[in-house]
Amino acid sequence: MIKSKVDEEDYWHSSKFKAFTFDDEDDELSRLKESRQAVNNIRRLVEEDDDEDDVERVSWSGEPVGSISWSVKETAASSQRADREPAFPKISTDTPSISRSQSGYSLSSLFKGKPKVGNFQTFSDALTDSSVRLYAPELRKPKSEYKAVSLERFRTLQDKLLLLDHAIAAHDGNVITAVLIYLKRTLCKEVLFRELESRQTALRHFIHYLSETQNQRLLLELHRALGRAEDAALLQYKEHLSITDENKRRDFLKNCLSLPFSAEDLAHVQDHYTLLERQIIIEVTDRQAERGGKVEIFQKFPRKALILNMPLITTLYYCCFYHYAESEGTFSSPLNIRQTFKISEKQYFVTALAARAKLKAWLDVDALFASRNWLGFTRKKSPLSFQRVVDILQKNSAPTHVLQDYVALVDDGELRLTLAQKHKCHDIVISTYRDMKDRQLLLGYRGKVVRGSAEERKIDDLLSNPQIRWKN
Amino acid sequence: MMRLRRSHLICCAASKEKMAAHLSYGRVNLNILREAARKELREFLDKCAGSKAIVWDEYLTGPFGLIAQYSLLKEHEVEKMFTLKNGRLPPADVKNIIFFVRPRLELMDIIADNITSEDRHHSSRDFHILFVPRRSMLCEQRLKEQVLSGCVQVECYLENDQTSLYHTAKGLMTLQALYGTIPQIYGKGECARLVANMMLRMKREFAGSQNQILPVFDTLLLLDRNVDLLTPLATQLTYEGLIDEIYGISNGYVKLPPEKFAQKKQGEGSKDLPTEPKKLQLNSAEELYAEIRDKNFNAVGAALSKKAKIISAAFEERHNAKTVGEIKQFVSQLPHMQAARSSLANHTSIAELIKDITSAYIIQCFPIKSHYVNTYIEDCIAQKDPLIKILRLVCMQSVCNNGLKHKVMDYYKREILQTYGYEHILTLNNLEKAGLLKPQTGSRNNYPTIRKTLKLWMEDANEQNPNDISYVYSGYSPLSIRLTQILARPGWRSIEEVLKMLPGPHFEERQQLPSGLHKKRQQGENRTTLVFFLGGVTYAEIAALRFLSQVEDSGMEYVIATTKLINGTTWIKSLMDRPESPTQ
Repeated sequence: MIKSKVDEEDYWHSSKFKAFTFDDEDDELSRLKESRQAVNNIRRLVEEDDDEDDVERVSWSGEPVGSISWSVKETAASSQRADREPAFPKISTDTPSISRSQSGYSLSSLFKGKPKVGNFQTFSDALTDSSVRLYAPELRKPKSEYKAVSLERFRTLQDKLLLLDHAIAAHDGNVITAVLIYLKRTLCKEVLFRELESRQTALRHFIHYLSETQNQRLLLELHRALGRAEDAALLQYKEHLSITDENKRRDFLKNCLSLPFSAEDLAHVQDHYTLLERQIIIEVTDRQAERGGKVEIFQKFPRKALILNMPLITTLYYCCFYHYAESEGTFSSPLNIRQTFKISEKQYFVTALAARAKLKAWLDVDALFASRNWLGFTRKKSPLSFQRVVDILQKNSAPTHVLQDYVALVDDGELRLTLAQKHKCHDIVISTYRDMKDRQLLLGYRGKVVRGSAEERKIDDLLSNPQIRWKN
Repeated sequence: MMRLRRSHLICCAASKEKMAAHLSYGRVNLNILREAARKELREFLDKCAGSKAIVWDEYLTGPFGLIAQYSLLKEHEVEKMFTLKNGRLPPADVKNIIFFVRPRLELMDIIADNITSEDRHHSSRDFHILFVPRRSMLCEQRLKEQVLSGCVQVECYLENDQTSLYHTAKGLMTLQALYGTIPQIYGKGECARLVANMMLRMKREFAGSQNQILPVFDTLLLLDRNVDLLTPLATQLTYEGLIDEIYGISNGYVKLPPEKFAQKKQGEGSKDLPTEPKKLQLNSAEELYAEIRDKNFNAVGAALSKKAKIISAAFEERHNAKTVGEIKQFVSQLPHMQAARSSLANHTSIAELIKDITSAYIIQCFPIKSHYVNTYIEDCIAQKDPLIKILRLVCMQSVCNNGLKHKVMDYYKREILQTYGYEHILTLNNLEKAGLLKPQTGSRNNYPTIRKTLKLWMEDANEQNPNDISYVYSGYSPLSIRLTQILARPGWRSIEEVLKMLPGPHFEERQQLPSGLHKKRQQGENRTTLVFFLGGVTYAEIAALRFLSQVEDSGMEYVIATTKLINGTTWIKSLMDRPESPTQ
């Protein structure tokens, strides 16, 4: 049964699996279009003033009259509404011809989803019709069996612990919590914590209880007493979320650095602190610059939100937007941020690309890709697939002449052609068809370019070029 | 002095409702269950003598709508109903005010606010609280801590408070009281074992009274969600599953963005677009929905267009109607045809909406098993896909590989924190505690064996005409349902090895039936299994079970019960620290 390691690798790497996609090209969409068309056509065919009513009746748009939610609103307004009250749920009780007798339906026919509208019998019906009167046995024990129990008679530690162990054995969380609340009140912390340590279920309930009642202090003490230093540290770190003043929050985070985090978490908390510290500095400086009215970029693109407490990558984007050209020495320089926080090449690239494209700084965009080989030629290199690059540029409404450069760099020929067609990069499409020697496709494409344009002339030139040996 | 009396729950009301909605007819008559719940409700209302007003936790109006309607409440002197809100209660000249609420702390605060802002002159009123599905010690504690403490006596009933497992066991006892003792119990997972133990213990405690009802169910299968963590992480690809993933179905209703539902009538220009979400009911009473709910989404388009043709043809018939009789016939069918048309219009709109959500939303097992999974997840982070999607993917990779390599895990963590905010350290920590995310230890990864033995990844899933349950995730079969399928045939003995690899014990118990209650099975009569998912089930898993019930020669019918309906989004959200925290 267990195949060799190689087989396993092959299996994982095989590309036989098709990903589920909503591809625009498949016939799924055209089918949806078909049914949309049919729906619209019929709408035109039939005069249906009462159409919307029908929808209402089948589908609880608002709520069906008589339902509880409806009544909540109604009775709040007036309590006299007895007359019209159809049964709940109001599901096409007036749909003809589908009603059948109740017997003879197997579960599987139900699962097959055959319509059984008529069967959706309401309870008011069931109540009045004695033949369908249902047998409803007693579900609960008689009332007398519920006793108010006082826990106060459990006085000795031994009794109390026995009580707790019984509660745990019953798997009844409410009882466990009730006992714990009693123990919390009557035992000293040290004893309670010690006993909880050997009772994990109870401990979980107690922690849940303390966090739900927001008893941070006791919870911290508990974690510390049980040697759960990291949990305690995280719990304390969490408190920063409730501090709104950014300076206080920064100071709080700074204090957190001395908590016993795991090495890994400590590095993150350190970054968190550094980031907020920087955001505060950047915010102050930029606010002044904006108010001063001297810095062009802030005039042209006023800031929409504060950068405080934003994620790191958002901060990087902000800096690529407003502080792109700054030297590496400043706090707001993108390069400095990249280095301080060890941002991966790809993340940096995507963010800078998006920010510069947003500003339509196409030269900056171009420069991002520049890479010289040893002969001194520049060629475009990207840690990101060029398809994604095109995608990002297009989302920032790059003009065709910019897109074209990057579409041309897409490796996969088929994909390149699709993208070129989608983004109207005519030159690429035309030369691809020329290379394919496909006269028919080229002729077809002629209809898609603007009449009298340079592209049309180019196509005409190609079509009349006797040197090309067309395949069709 | 105001008195605050609390009462116990309507046993299981909220969770039973889920089965009832699916299974109101058929061999297992779930009306019995609903009738029992109604009876309890009536008894509860009668206990509070005199006129009453109900203050509703809005969330509960849905589930209660499934067991009762306003007329029933009115028969029991309910004169007014309000929605639970902060501040003073609206005026109502009644003796009792009853709060119907879920045991949630934030709701307790509102109740406390209601009661304390109550006019002291009105003090003859009694206040009651009905907790659904059950009381919670935490909530009572909160109420006590609130201003109420002075004027309220709190009694402490210890019985009838349940954690979900205790609660489930109790629910199953009730079910057996109504539908007969279930002779065979199978289970897999820690929680399953606990529930079965509790059931057996409860049965011993009732030893005196023999259940004399002919058993409806042949088998009970208890499945712990923990056994199959992978399935809910992937995006469900059935029509109903996708609606739930994207818009969330609650109590059989979904709220949708209204744009696609705007009525454009001839001659009218673009009307003002509606801004209220469109609320639609989704259930099998609607013929078209019954037909397509369990289909793979890629098969829905074809089904809709087929339906469109049929309806169009039906409307075209009017040209052929010449005689008065024929015209009359046509007209008589119009209401039905129009209902069908609007149903088609609605589902076409929903399908279009789902389609508009780019495929970037979809989380599949597909990239997880490829060698470029790391790059794939990295790209998803770089394009700032929703954090929930990233977490689902990372957890999937961890679950499938028995943990992540240290380097990979560190890398993901850093990228996630940098992109979505450092405070998510807390969320990542929660995921680790839940075991969804863990570093690889030396131990062997059993997943490939499990996957191959149970045929979990099917390369040629047929989305249009499925021949295997894997169609519900376009090529991945939910492990939970595969276990169910194998239990029916050829039996778990054939996969003993794999069962041992999965977490938690597996077991079989038999419950003795009184002689005379043994079923004499007709030839070809199907067996019925109740599958109880402890810790939640997805719509796609339900679809897969329905598919199994449907297969011609399976000889098995399945009834599904669960503690809740889940999807990856709601699930991960429940593990997130401050899921609403702004990322971008």
